[in-house]
Amino acid sequence: MRTRYLWLLGVGALAGSAPSGRPAAPPAAPGGTISGKVTYTGTPPKMKPIDMAKEPACAQAHAGAPVLTENAVTGPGNALKWVVVYVSAGDQPAPPPAEPVRYDQKGCQYIPHVAAMQVNQPLDIYNDDPSSHNIHPLARVNPEWNKSQPKGAPPIHTKWEKPEFIPVKCNIHPWMHGWFVVLATPHYAVTGDDGAFTLAGLPPGKYTVTAWHEQFGTQSQEVTISDNETKTVNFTLKATPY
Amino acid sequence: MGKFFAVVLTVITAVSTAIFAARVWWLPADISAHGAGIDRQLQETMLAAGVLFVLAQLGLAVFAWRSGSARGAPRTFPGGATPLVVLAIALVGAEILALTFVGSKVWAAVYERPAAPDALKIDVEAEQFAFYFRYPGPDGAFGAIHPERMSDATENFFGLDPAHDPAARDDIVVPTLTIPVNRPVALTLRAKDVGHAFYVPALRIQQDFVPGLAIPLHFTATETGKYEIVCTQLCGLGHYNMRAYVEVVPQEQFDRWLKEQATQQ
Amino acid sequence: MQHDTAAPPAARHHHAPPRGFWRTHVFSVDHKVIGRQYLDLALVAVCTGMVLSWLMRLHLAWPDLPIPGLAKLSPNGAAGGVITPEYYLSLMTMHGTIMVFFVLTTAPFAGFGNYFLPIQVGAEDMAFPRINMLSFWVTLLAFLVLIASFFVADGPALSGWTAYAPLSAVGKDAGPGQGLGQTLWAVSIAIFCIAQLLGSLNFITTTLDLRTKGMSLARLPYSTWAWFITSVIGLVAFAVLLPACILLILDRVAGTSFFVPAGLVISDRLQPHAGGSPLLWQHLFWFFGHPEVYIAILPGFGIVSHILPVFARKPLLGPRAVIGSMIAIAFLSYTVWGHHMFLSGMNPFSAMLFSVPTLIITIPATIVTLLWIGTVYGAKLRFTTPALFCLGFISVFVSGGLSGFFLAQPSTDIYLHGTYFVVAHFHFVMGVAAMFGIFAATYFWFPKMFGRMMDERLGKWHFWLTFIGVYCVFMPMHYLGLAGNVRRYAAFTDDYLKPLIPVHRFITVAALFTGAAQLVFLYNLVRSRFRGAPAPANPWEATTLEWSTPSSPPPFDNFGGRPPAVAHGPDEYGVPGPTGDYVMQAAPAAGAGAVAGAGAD
Repeated sequence: MRTRYLWLLGVGALAGSAPSGRPAAPPAAPGGTISGKVTYTGTPPKMKPIDMAKEPACAQAHAGAPVLTENAVTGPGNALKWVVVYVSAGDQPAPPPAEPVRYDQKGCQYIPHVAAMQVNQPLDIYNDDPSSHNIHPLARVNPEWNKSQPKGAPPIHTKWEKPEFIPVKCNIHPWMHGWFVVLATPHYAVTGDDGAFTLAGLPPGKYTVTAWHEQFGTQSQEVTISDNETKTVNFTLKATPY
Repeated sequence: MGKFFAVVLTVITAVSTAIFAARVWWLPADISAHGAGIDRQLQETMLAAGVLFVLAQLGLAVFAWRSGSARGAPRTFPGGATPLVVLAIALVGAEILALTFVGSKVWAAVYERPAAPDALKIDVEAEQFAFYFRYPGPDGAFGAIHPERMSDATENFFGLDPAHDPAARDDIVVPTLTIPVNRPVALTLRAKDVGHAFYVPALRIQQDFVPGLAIPLHFTATETGKYEIVCTQLCGLGHYNMRAYVEVVPQEQFDRWLKEQATQQ
Repeated sequence: MQHDTAAPPAARHHHAPPRGFWRTHVFSVDHKVIGRQYLDLALVAVCTGMVLSWLMRLHLAWPDLPIPGLAKLSPNGAAGGVITPEYYLSLMTMHGTIMVFFVLTTAPFAGFGNYFLPIQVGAEDMAFPRINMLSFWVTLLAFLVLIASFFVADGPALSGWTAYAPLSAVGKDAGPGQGLGQTLWAVSIAIFCIAQLLGSLNFITTTLDLRTKGMSLARLPYSTWAWFITSVIGLVAFAVLLPACILLILDRVAGTSFFVPAGLVISDRLQPHAGGSPLLWQHLFWFFGHPEVYIAILPGFGIVSHILPVFARKPLLGPRAVIGSMIAIAFLSYTVWGHHMFLSGMNPFSAMLFSVPTLIITIPATIVTLLWIGTVYGAKLRFTTPALFCLGFISVFVSGGLSGFFLAQPSTDIYLHGTYFVVAHFHFVMGVAAMFGIFAATYFWFPKMFGRMMDERLGKWHFWLTFIGVYCVFMPMHYLGLAGNVRRYAAFTDDYLKPLIPVHRFITVAALFTGAAQLVFLYNLVRSRFRGAPAPANPWEATTLEWSTPSSPPPFDNFGGRPPAVAHGPDEYGVPGPTGDYVMQAAPAAGAGAVAGAGAD
């Protein structure tokens, strides 16, 4: 019985990959790529452990490994995390993807710390904790709002209509802090522990690429891409201890 | 109907008084040096109020009971209004004098006297919706507070400027108030945004924070343990969730804790 | 100022009967219509305020409970029907504001006072009938502005009926409910102040100037005394709240800083204000706020003093002491406001200065209470519904007043401030005692206002269910306070509060039960309007002038063009009279012959 199922699966896979009368998926975008790493010089501030004593359920969730502040997270080789690298000029605006960006309130933390998204891309905000949260995006260009989500509340479905770097705080838990980075361009990336980023699918042209970090500021570089070219662009931001 | 009223009122009076007297729900044990005076004042007031409560309600009940079966012309209270007026003035007046005389000393001990000169100085910053505490660090000096530098994201709750202010560099900022037992503690209360309050029932201490003011509050904890500090001044949507813990620990443990905190700054 | 023995000034205050539907029933200058309009407004307000309290209590007992229909009313505040913390605080703010202003200041004072004060002094109407009409419509406007705040995007105000600054003064940054909702709150209350000032002017002038022949101050009914004293308190108190609200509005919309100091960081924004004092708001508010609570209760004192003798069939014990005590309370009420602020950060040396007069105020309150109890002594009480509510008033006033002893002393206030002990105290004196005064007045005066009797059996059911119910709701709050249970919390998540949640559930069940019992009252009220037994002219065999009017309800000019002449005091009960054991105020003086004065018997 199981072998027959597998055989059917195999046939189905072959059938799906063979050319058929149905319209094929659109071809992959032509591929110029800008990739690189973001690092820092100087001394960054020490990330401090967050004591969530006032919310025991969250304190317990991190009992063995306390959460640290995230305003300057570094990695091996002076890598800098949570940097948003994006095309700030030379790009054509594109319609937002249908896939929503997910933002979680879990263990009294915002996950991810920095959520990058396109203008008008759907954003879903979940409360996964047993306590209430009140998320407050401190928008200045977009309309500012805040909304409570008691335990078990449905997710908030929203979107942003204008590009902006929006700090996000929780009105109930002061240590919770994050960012919504709303961009006009479809070409952006957020660095991880290794500080690396890749911007793919770039049509040939001249671009300005900007790296933004919440604590250490921004830096821009001009890059020209011809057809399918891969260029490496690195950023080094200046870190200060305070 | 008069008898029924009397019975219902008597039952209500008896049940209410019994629950008070039995201390089914009562204050937590007092862990402060000054609290005995407050507890005594509370008990004295409870006794006086309790006696008046029982007498007044039962008096009303008895008269209502009798009224149902009264015969003949209505009778005026013996002596008319005068005995009752005199009783009210004498009884309540005497009680007021007694309570005020003793109570004013209790109040003065906490709020009208400065903290002991060797008290441990700790700053408290209240914000929507948490308390943060600051110890001066090995240099014994507090850094200046700059409101424009305050940032929850970088945990700079006191708006310190360590880049330019050496006194601020070793300030120890924590969300839990750790204090040594049997040592006077002198808090300075500041609020960053709106009004808040500091209340620890077991310590018999409460004080509002007023934005724009730095308000002193001192006490000595006499028992170790972990207690809750809760906010009692409506400060916004997270008011119910605004609390911190105070941990009263032995002196040596406190010294160790303080040294360990200093290395982390 | 009219002298006692001059020709009745009421005659000079003649106005023509109203014509047309609108002038008779809606835009009427007749104090009786205006009084009923106030009472109708208070009825709508109390139903609203009570529903708000049910929502609050349900949330406190079962925080995750979705409440059907609530999401429609406030999609932001109660998504999925579950009340958010900010919505709980908004409900609480609106509950307090509606109850204190639109029920307790409106019904016993503006409602019954408007209806009966002119009649009880023997006048045709208030001194300024058109201003009287204006004050009702301005009150209604204030109510509508307040209700409108339920529907603004940011939600209604959530800083409590006390609206402490800076939370109430900085605007939207301070959080939900602090945007347009808070501004509308301040505007509504400012408008209400204006209405109250106009009303006070009318009451004072009418009492002093429009008394009929023979109605000396010594013969004034106790309810009239109470309304008169209340209106004097109101004149000074509301005259302070009005500018306070204006300053608050200016801080919110005009960039001033009366109540906001420099250097505040709210929502990560440095606020642009500088130089203001949050304590200034508290001083201004409580300078009004404490006299306000006496405005809420003194009419009840007057009503109980008025009604108790009727059913005890004997005069009030110690009338001069009762009136003198009411005056003393009024005077002292201006000296005690700081007892709300012992821990506020104001100079602690001032605490005793406020504590002493606060304790002293208990003396006249005790005098009055003992004199009522002394009136019941030796009486053959007629246990009608109004009489029961008077007895209930005495009992709950004792309970509420005694808890004040703890809060009047700064030393015990250190522990009890901000706890449910305070909530218990003010609900007993305001939410229960003052309400019992309103109930007593309603059952007592309904026959005169509508010409029909309310159903006695339903009335008694209402009384017993309510009397037992309110003790079950509010007595346990004292215990919660002694355990340190903080007030104004949307949920009890603290370690030491969790064990107290069962008590809260008991209170919630009792509150819902007691609320349901009020349906008995509402049903009785509505049914009796249309199907109540026709009322005799003087069903209670009472003596004051409202029972001498030619009809029930009285004609538009109260006495059919024949103002009464008064020759007796307000509570001549237990004395032989022409029709029983009482002598009407409007009856001729003893030995003056059998010529009847104006008014049927």
